[in-house]
Amino acid sequence: MNGPLLKVENLTKHYPLGSGIFKKSIPVIRAVEDVSFSVEAGETLCIVGESGCGKSTVARLLMRLVAPTAGRVLIDGTDIAGLKKDALHSWRRRMQMVFQDPYSSLNPRLTAGQIITEPVENFERLSRKQRHALAADLLRKVGMSPEMMHRLPSELSGGQRQRLGIARALSLNPSVIIADEAVSALDVSVQAQILNLLLDLQQQMGIAFVFISHDLGVVEHIAHRVAVMYLGRIVELAPSEALFAKPVHPYTEALIAAAPVPDPMRVRLEAPVEGEVPSPINPPKGCAFHPRCPLAVERCRIDVPPLVPMADGRVVACHVRAPATDIPGQLAEASGYPPASLARFRSGIGYPKAQILRQVQHPREAGD
Amino acid sequence: MLMRESIEEDVLLDIRDLETHFYGEESVTRALGGISFQVKKGETLGVVGESGCGKSVTALSILRLLPKLSARTVGGEIRFHGRDILELSDREMRKIRGDQIAMIFQEPMTSLNPVYTVGHQIAEAVQIHTKASRSVAMEKAEEMLRLVRIADPERRVNNYPHELSGGMRQRAMIAIALACSPELLIADEPTTALDVTIQAQILRLIVDLKERTGTAVMFITHDLGVVAETCQRVIVMYAGRIVEQANVIDLFARPAHPYTQGLMRSVPDRRRGRQRRLPEIPGIVPNLREPIVGCSFAPRCPFAIDICRDKTPILRDVGSSHAAACWRAEEVMGV
Amino acid sequence: MNLLSTPVEAVPMRQLRLSDVPRLGRRHPLVLVGGGLLAVLSILAIAAPLYAGDAVNMDPFKRLQPPSAEMWFGSDNLGRDVFARTIFGARISLMVGLLSAACAALAGALIGVIAGYSRSFDNVVMRVMDGLMSIPTILLAIALISLTGPGIGILIVAIAIPETPAVARLVRSVVLGVRERPYVEAALCGGARLPKVLWRHILPSTIPALMVQGATVCASAILTEAGLSFLGVGVPPEIPSWGNMIASSRLYLAIAPLTIFAPGICLAVTVLAVNLLGDGLRDMFDPRSKRRR
Repeated sequence: MNGPLLKVENLTKHYPLGSGIFKKSIPVIRAVEDVSFSVEAGETLCIVGESGCGKSTVARLLMRLVAPTAGRVLIDGTDIAGLKKDALHSWRRRMQMVFQDPYSSLNPRLTAGQIITEPVENFERLSRKQRHALAADLLRKVGMSPEMMHRLPSELSGGQRQRLGIARALSLNPSVIIADEAVSALDVSVQAQILNLLLDLQQQMGIAFVFISHDLGVVEHIAHRVAVMYLGRIVELAPSEALFAKPVHPYTEALIAAAPVPDPMRVRLEAPVEGEVPSPINPPKGCAFHPRCPLAVERCRIDVPPLVPMADGRVVACHVRAPATDIPGQLAEASGYPPASLARFRSGIGYPKAQILRQVQHPREAGD
Repeated sequence: MLMRESIEEDVLLDIRDLETHFYGEESVTRALGGISFQVKKGETLGVVGESGCGKSVTALSILRLLPKLSARTVGGEIRFHGRDILELSDREMRKIRGDQIAMIFQEPMTSLNPVYTVGHQIAEAVQIHTKASRSVAMEKAEEMLRLVRIADPERRVNNYPHELSGGMRQRAMIAIALACSPELLIADEPTTALDVTIQAQILRLIVDLKERTGTAVMFITHDLGVVAETCQRVIVMYAGRIVEQANVIDLFARPAHPYTQGLMRSVPDRRRGRQRRLPEIPGIVPNLREPIVGCSFAPRCPFAIDICRDKTPILRDVGSSHAAACWRAEEVMGV
Repeated sequence: MNLLSTPVEAVPMRQLRLSDVPRLGRRHPLVLVGGGLLAVLSILAIAAPLYAGDAVNMDPFKRLQPPSAEMWFGSDNLGRDVFARTIFGARISLMVGLLSAACAALAGALIGVIAGYSRSFDNVVMRVMDGLMSIPTILLAIALISLTGPGIGILIVAIAIPETPAVARLVRSVVLGVRERPYVEAALCGGARLPKVLWRHILPSTIPALMVQGATVCASAILTEAGLSFLGVGVPPEIPSWGNMIASSRLYLAIAPLTIFAPGICLAVTVLAVNLLGDGLRDMFDPRSKRRR
């Protein structure tokens, strides 16, 4: 098959605030605005951002738990965002989700075995024996003993419950697993167990992950590529090493600088970024980050910066750090990886690479 | 025991053999199994551990805010300025709470009253403890909001909690807590519910205020990064006991307890390279409803030998101002 | 801290076994007392033909007799055995109470679940329910019965209809809470279709609320039945029921007080038992409503 496994194009979700029988225009929450990315088989794409940035809405849109206002979600080239219920049903097998809260995402009245075999039973009838074998197999895959299948969720620990959530997602052999803050509710030592499990599963089964998290340590550990979201938009999408080595967007930089590092010898030089995330009901004009941005210029207050491809295969939406030049068709190509030709064209003009390196000093090097 | 000879005036809070039990329908949970530590004047003490280790119970025991029907402190003493808090009357305790010891919680919304303005609540805290007049107290409230760096405090004093963002609510909570300039501030996971950029702001605020007011801070958290950035001394708790106690530099440089070591290694860290398996601590935390024989960490510990399974290790010095409850601490530190 | 905030949801629902009864009694004495009383009453009522004697046979020579070995509670103005009539009356009361509660619970659950899931249905049907709630129960029941004439079947329906809106509302609110729970979303992600989600994941969560509300409905249905029968529009007069008995004996209170007190006290005890059971169930399902320990 050609093209990426999962491709998201211009995905947008507006939530109307209240019903508008008596009003002419209803205010909307712009939860997700024009988000595009792609995920290859066996790859991990992380979406990071703070609360209200729309990362969880992206997950829900991908799973079609909510219908998008605009945009397309393509799996192997088929648009699932536009599918009717019945056609959607069969596509559900390709993409599964792991939830944040290991307590509320499992039905407290069902046993572990019932929980993890339920998705399969939505598609085919299982005999008692088959169901038993499937449950045992899935439990073994996630490192639990098959005897656990008769337990209720309340009789399991947080880590075991999250393993059940993963087993449930695995039961349909999906090609993509969307993990929405899947380890955030867990203790550090359990978190390590679950992250290792996810890495192992990816290696064995070639599953692609869309991993949504606010924890940069976790993201850096597992991501191949990282998309940074701010107020509904992707502001930077880059290969993981490149992003953490030299963040280009000032928000990415602030985010990385703000994350606490378990090293008491490190002295924090820079002051944390001021202000708070504005409301998505009434986002700032122009670049949504400009009220908090130390680099903001006049243009940031007027125009929304487009995602501009950079030399090292990343895209950045910033007027200052990544000024757009008029490359034809650039905006359309800006989603996902910019094609190699475009990247070649880009290098050497516009924003010189050396300048990026100088301006964006690595925060931890700065601290040492 | 450790540093016990120094009952000098620089010790603010001295806790000895504190034991707190929770009573369930048919079982007793030994949430705190006899812990001893001190908080010195003006220091920032971190209390780290995973959920269920007893760190929040410690805070609630100190403030005597445990749920009355299901929990009780059954042993030990909590000496604040040399007086045992556990022997005070409820009235005296109420006076200490807020006046000398204040607390901020993880979720500010649950501890702010939704029907009063933020200014009103700060002013109330001021009035209870200083007998200031209403207008003076309101002025003080505005001043407090400015102190915790809430943008335009003149307007914000008249806001209700739901009109503030999560970060601002936590700032307001800090303002209430500091309104009476307490000597000890207990912060229970104050930034866990906040975003990273806001967390960085709040952490910096707490550290700055501490430096300015000389308030001692007991910082309860699960996040080793937060501890490294804010605390001077650290206590590591596991299964209702203190397993290690050290100044922050020593703790991170040479952890002496296998649990501390495991905890540090299981945090993803770029310095070790990415896309590799994280070292994990196998197994799960022990059930505190059942009596534990030997070291509570022994079943998960890579260093465990026979003595660990038979005898409970006590906290002992393994360096200057560094103590660990481990039979093999020296070997652990050597690794 | 998980010690302090054990989720309520974590209480597992499993079948009660006989060995659980002492523990249940200790933790939830109301359930045991109410349920036990109700069980005794039910057994007495069901077994009535075996021991209670004849409840309809009239004997003009034995009118308004005091209690005797033959007729434990004496006889009424038509010479019928008051004890037998009280016992047989329990059958009617309990049957009407339970069946009305079951009808109201079933209808209410159905309406509530659909209303909780479909916005358009919700808007229409819940307004109808609001309308129903504004009509006094007894008036609505009398109106319905006068359409068809008296009979136990129509009586049950007439009592159940005005009780349905309250149940529907409660179930709807539970459904609105549960449908947002991540495990329901997880089921949808796993490819479950809506009817299955409703049946397997949402309906079971409404059962505790239904049982509590059902007990309330049952108690008020018993009272409504007695009231309607007293007014002469409930159970046909030839069938012994507590309402009928009180109505027909009200003139003889001074001469034969037991003819009124026997059904009256039974009525009070039954309603009390049902209410105790309801309160107990509420405490049992929602631990927050009662302080533990």
